[in-house]
Amino acid sequence: MGMTITQKILAQHAGLPEVKACDLIEAKLDWCLGNEVTTPPAIKIFKELGADKVFDKDRVCLVQDHFTPNKDIKSAELCKTMRCFAHEQSVTHFYELGRKEMGIEHVILPDNGIVFPGDSIIGADSHTCTYGAVGCFATGVGSTDLACAMASGSTWFKVPEAVKVILHGKFGEYVTGKDLILHIIGMIGVDGALYKSLEFTGDGVKNIPMTGRLTVCNMAIECGAKNAVFPVDDTALEYISKTNPERYAKGDYKIYTADDDAEYADTIEIDLADVPLTVALPSLPSNTRRADECSDIKIDQVVIGSCTNGRLGDIGTAAELFKGRRVADGVRCIVIPGSQRVYREALDRGWLAVFDDAGCVISTPTCGPCLGGHMGVLAKGERCVSTTNRNFVGRMGDTGSEVILSGVPVACASAIAGHVATPALIGGANEG
Amino acid sequence: MKVKGIVHKYADNVDTDVIIPARYLTSADPGHLRQHCMEDIDSGFVSRVSEGDIMVAGKNFGCGSSREHAPVAIKASGISLVIAEDFARIFYRNAINVGLPILECPEAAKAIQAGDELEVDFDTGIITDNTRGESWQAKPFPEFIKKIIDAGGLLDYTRRKINNG
Repeated sequence: MGMTITQKILAQHAGLPEVKACDLIEAKLDWCLGNEVTTPPAIKIFKELGADKVFDKDRVCLVQDHFTPNKDIKSAELCKTMRCFAHEQSVTHFYELGRKEMGIEHVILPDNGIVFPGDSIIGADSHTCTYGAVGCFATGVGSTDLACAMASGSTWFKVPEAVKVILHGKFGEYVTGKDLILHIIGMIGVDGALYKSLEFTGDGVKNIPMTGRLTVCNMAIECGAKNAVFPVDDTALEYISKTNPERYAKGDYKIYTADDDAEYADTIEIDLADVPLTVALPSLPSNTRRADECSDIKIDQVVIGSCTNGRLGDIGTAAELFKGRRVADGVRCIVIPGSQRVYREALDRGWLAVFDDAGCVISTPTCGPCLGGHMGVLAKGERCVSTTNRNFVGRMGDTGSEVILSGVPVACASAIAGHVATPALIGGANEG
Repeated sequence: MKVKGIVHKYADNVDTDVIIPARYLTSADPGHLRQHCMEDIDSGFVSRVSEGDIMVAGKNFGCGSSREHAPVAIKASGISLVIAEDFARIFYRNAINVGLPILECPEAAKAIQAGDELEVDFDTGIITDNTRGESWQAKPFPEFIKKIIDAGGLLDYTRRKINNG
């Protein structure tokens, strides 16, 4: 019986000629990842295990991003615990804030050329599934799994079934990967792909830039998926040739394609032209609506950034739409480039000046407001349009506050209009 | 092993943000986490819960963030078992890893109501609702998961693996 892309990657890492859905396997890991919230408990367990050294100091990535720059004494202690461990273990991929390699974990692991096609990755963060955009297997786990993986370099998996998502055509104007994934979650529900892989294919894939693919895979967890994966095409190869030219030149990666007779639990077909600008109203990512049907919803705040939408392409789109415009009275707009490199590019290209002229707050890279940590927490009764990934009750602050998820163009248009809006409503980007 | 307790009932898609809001994640201490367990969905939970009580919920329990703090908070609150129609996958792994007993049983999860008294036998997977006089058979764990549970969680399982390897 044929295998899916995910099944092939897992079989290879388990040293097996083939695997099938529901097999329980022990697989080798190329990378494991933790952040300052999930790693300190993992370090405690790592020590309880009696482990002395991490399995490979070059293959453990420890990223401070959730509450950084430290929002309070306790978060400073979390970072200090992780920093001490990283130094003690000589972990290569631990960076200080402000350094060029630094940023939000799921922005920097792909952009710094750490994750490559065919790799297997676990991360103690649910959005680790982001990396499937480069054709690897990546999934989120908890702190105990991270601790055991850091010690042994392997972990157990139940081989997932897959949902095949066939994409055709091209997006309409200003429609992005975010609209696509919200559209899919709206179709299948927040448990629509529970325990399964989402495997994307079809002639529409070539029309989605890497920025969009990373966003799509990032939110696969919001429909319960174990992982998501895109085929490795010319767009993906061009991306990895720039993120890590040395590894690319060595050919140190493996491209997998699904067998023709691979079995799928379900198949979804989507014409990208039919995907509207989409928002998810409170309090589930599946509560989707067409953005142009929500323009009566007034807002207090807009957040543009996060591991979902804080990449160079996202921030560039925001700059295009904010050029020559102002954030509406009564609205605060927080723009958070997802990494130090994105921040620097935005500075060099004059985008930060555009945001400043528009009356936006510009933040250093952080997850901050997405999880109600800091840098944009909401009060009772406040409503935020956000390019982040979750709109659960109390996610960004008080349980009486509301989050509406959107892509970058809708978030910008909403900030300018003062209510949920599409770029068409504000007349699109200004010329020149 | 058997547990007996009073039911705290929740709906579908209980996410880890409401189980333990991110604002409390600056400490992973179970004593700290238990004080805020379920705070954003059921602010009276902590004062109502008694040692041994049982949580029952609908579909996709524990969706969202990978924070292991969520099953730790539930376990520390005194809850002896969570029964749901099904669990989000990271929560499922985390619960097993931290030793929070969980059972999947859609029929039981639908029928059982808040305040019912339950008796559950982990060895047989039989859930008995003393209040309603009904009982159900929970889905058995796969053998491999049973091995982890029997080893006392992933920590001991891995410790054994490292020592043997």
